[in-house]
Amino acid sequence: MSRVVTLKINGQDVSGREDETVLQVARENGIEIPTLCHLEGLSNVGACRLCLVEVKGVSRLLPACVTRVSEGMEVTTHSERLERYRRMIVELLFSEGNHVCSVCVSNGHCELQDTAIQLRLDHIGMPYRFPVRQVDASHSRYGLDPNRCILCTRCVRVCDEIEGAHTWDIMGRGINSQLITDMHTPWGESETCTSCGKCVQICPTGALFIKGKSVAEMTKRPDFLPYLAMMRNRKNGS
Amino acid sequence: MHLEDLHAIAQQQQEADSKLEHILYVCTGTACQSSRSEEVLKAIQAELKARGLEKKCAVRPGGCQGLCARGPLANLDRGKQLYQHLTPEDAPAVVEALDGEPPARLQLDKQLPFFTRQVRVATQGGGLIDPNDLNSYIAAGGYTALLDALMHKTPAEVLQEVVKSGLRGRGGGGYPTGLKWSTVAKAAPTPKYVIVNGDEGDPGAFMDRALMEDYPFRVLEGMTLAAYAVGASYGYIYVRAEYPLAVKRLQNAIKQAQKQNLLGSNIASTPFSFNVEIRLGAGAFVCGEETALIASIEGGRGTPRPRPPYPAESGLWGKPTLINNVETIANVVPILQHGSEWFARIGTEKSKGTKVFALSGRINNTGLIEVPMGITLREIIFEIGGGIPEGKKFKAVQTGGPSGGCIPEQHLDMPVDYDSLAQVGSIMGSGGMIVMDETSCMVDVAKYFMEFSMAESCGKCVPCRVGTAQMYDLLLKISEGRATLNDLALLEALCDMVKHTSLCGLGQAAPNPVISTLRYFRDEYLAHILEKRCPAGVCQMKPEVMEVHS
Ligand SMILES: Cc1cc2nc3c(=O)[nH]c(=O)nc-3n(C[C@H](O)[C@H](O)[C@H](O)COP(=O)(O)O)c2cc1C
Ligand code: SF4
Ligand code: SF4
Ligand code: FES
Repeated sequence: MSRVVTLKINGQDVSGREDETVLQVARENGIEIPTLCHLEGLSNVGACRLCLVEVKGVSRLLPACVTRVSEGMEVTTHSERLERYRRMIVELLFSEGNHVCSVCVSNGHCELQDTAIQLRLDHIGMPYRFPVRQVDASHSRYGLDPNRCILCTRCVRVCDEIEGAHTWDIMGRGINSQLITDMHTPWGESETCTSCGKCVQICPTGALFIKGKSVAEMTKRPDFLPYLAMMRNRKNGS
Repeated sequence: MHLEDLHAIAQQQQEADSKLEHILYVCTGTACQSSRSEEVLKAIQAELKARGLEKKCAVRPGGCQGLCARGPLANLDRGKQLYQHLTPEDAPAVVEALDGEPPARLQLDKQLPFFTRQVRVATQGGGLIDPNDLNSYIAAGGYTALLDALMHKTPAEVLQEVVKSGLRGRGGGGYPTGLKWSTVAKAAPTPKYVIVNGDEGDPGAFMDRALMEDYPFRVLEGMTLAAYAVGASYGYIYVRAEYPLAVKRLQNAIKQAQKQNLLGSNIASTPFSFNVEIRLGAGAFVCGEETALIASIEGGRGTPRPRPPYPAESGLWGKPTLINNVETIANVVPILQHGSEWFARIGTEKSKGTKVFALSGRINNTGLIEVPMGITLREIIFEIGGGIPEGKKFKAVQTGGPSGGCIPEQHLDMPVDYDSLAQVGSIMGSGGMIVMDETSCMVDVAKYFMEFSMAESCGKCVPCRVGTAQMYDLLLKISEGRATLNDLALLEALCDMVKHTSLCGLGQAAPNPVISTLRYFRDEYLAHILEKRCPAGVCQMKPEVMEVHS
């Protein structure tokens, strides 16, 4: 059993288990930190950088989703600087793809949109990049619109870690990174996809959707994930 | 193999050498090979044979002599005479002049500050060791440090020597090597690994390539010492596949060392076992980052992961892993040969020893140098480097490649050490040093490095993936005279944000070339923006181009 430690988050005294992350302890105490790549039940990759927090005595900013709590730690989750960086990260994401909310299946149920609203982002100060990206509608039940993909790799991880199929992966690097199925074959021709639909449910945006949904109809249900992860852990005896 | 055997081999070699009147080492490093040094070597050998002189003079493949710009180079009788610009057709002239004066055009002045100002530690031996021959390395004192350590020192004692030497990582970060070793040594004795990082992806850098090509046995010996000190049983050398000669020589060195029981099970009949394998990288810059490199060795996608946990704690396959740069490891052998005090006497208070630099750009003597820490940039550029060609004026020197910065004239008298370079907005980096004169445009330079970082970003984290692309576009806009002051403000905001929020060192350092050029050459940015003019005349102005999106 891991030790319990006490720490301060935003001046508030809180306690947590040593094996917990700053994000977990913050959320247990009702302190909200924006996240996009993190999802309870999946491994953490620390990629979106939205959850960066300040820790007293550490010059670097630390991602709350992968930073373990420790005794006497003093964490600041919100500051003028952190908010500015977070807004810029979301602006970068909007500028990277083609996010046209008004015609998106996920309008109103999108984590990217929610995060922007939470951060009071009212315009995008970066030039839009308008990439050319092809929609993959080859799967009989689901679709991928990479124009709305933020490369959070949640789908990659849920497919690999929970479903065990590893259909999704990332190809290319840098600004040319792109989500692919199998060895870059159309989704509908994938030999590994079990059509379980987990990726669709945990995708934060309208990039993965169920066919036949119209604008704003695509609500997602990622809630199954913590239970599945918990049951799996129990079965493996950990 | 015992210490006595080493001495016997060394003695045999020396005796054999003493029967010769001359020994000529022809550089067979990548640079000289590309200007036909192997043919030169063969031609001289053939010439000697034709004249029946092969018992009088031996011609051997050697390592880099440093002044690559004047290659192929050769070294006669341990520096008595240096040759430059050799061609196979010069073989008769070289052979005829063995006892006399070679033609002036082939003579390279050994008194040049380029040679006299250097201090050789990592490149100890000065290229006068046959990189393909273990005995040649042993004759130069090789493997005495390892055998002495295995027979007479505990791992803790070896570690202490490295701690006391004050050696810091030469891969760019400057992390104290001894401290890193202790962390790995203290980790639980599950299998531990040693990785030597020979990825060397910075544009313009070729220090590690030269070390692996010229001193492959030193890299192996250093690695084995490291493994002994931290308790590792297996090691990897990660080399980019673009370095075929380095790979070939390391492979050959591993084979020879294994044959002589200097690598493998029960090294030199001691209980200590250590084996080494080479892993090839596909040349991605980010794969030089330690966690990405480990992922790549494990067979995964070469993307970094957040640290902690550091590799020292949880590295290759989740096991404690020591990862050091090639040059760091090459320094370990001389430290154990001559002692930590000897090493600590070279250099400055906080930066001990020497640093190998690859000089390039607008400088007379392009090539490879090893200098004591604390030497000034002015000494490197104007004495060793021979100054700027064609009477042009010096403008800036870039250190640290895409992660570093540009240092202007006013800081040239600053000592070269980790902390001073950081203070003026650059970094020591791995050793690339690019000199720029008045014909270089600093906006163009910043744009070049940003393009590199953008292309090499792994794409995992948002600030680096999208931020570098946005910054590159802004720099392009500025360089073409299409930008406004608002664009400049956005560029600066992005620099700050990408630097502080990126996941790994690539993104965190990508803004450095922009930040440092803005710090010292802001007027050049302003000239592009306000006057639509490139002061150096490099950038093509296209103010009329409309905003078109692809
Ligand atoms: C983008 C990036 C590229 C790097 N490339 C190299 C490299 O080519 N060679 C190297 O030795 N270290 C490189 N490093 C540093 C390594 O991560 C690591 O710190 C180093 O190998 C440790 O060795 P040292 O302590 O001996 O310097 C790189 C770091 C980053 C962030
Ligand atoms: S498709 Fe959705 S879940 Fe997958 S990487 Fe893109 S945004 Fe993330
Ligand atoms: S900083 Fe760049 S290279 Fe490093 S993890 Fe992020 S995207 Fe990849
Ligand atoms: S939630 Fe922590 S980096 Fe994305």
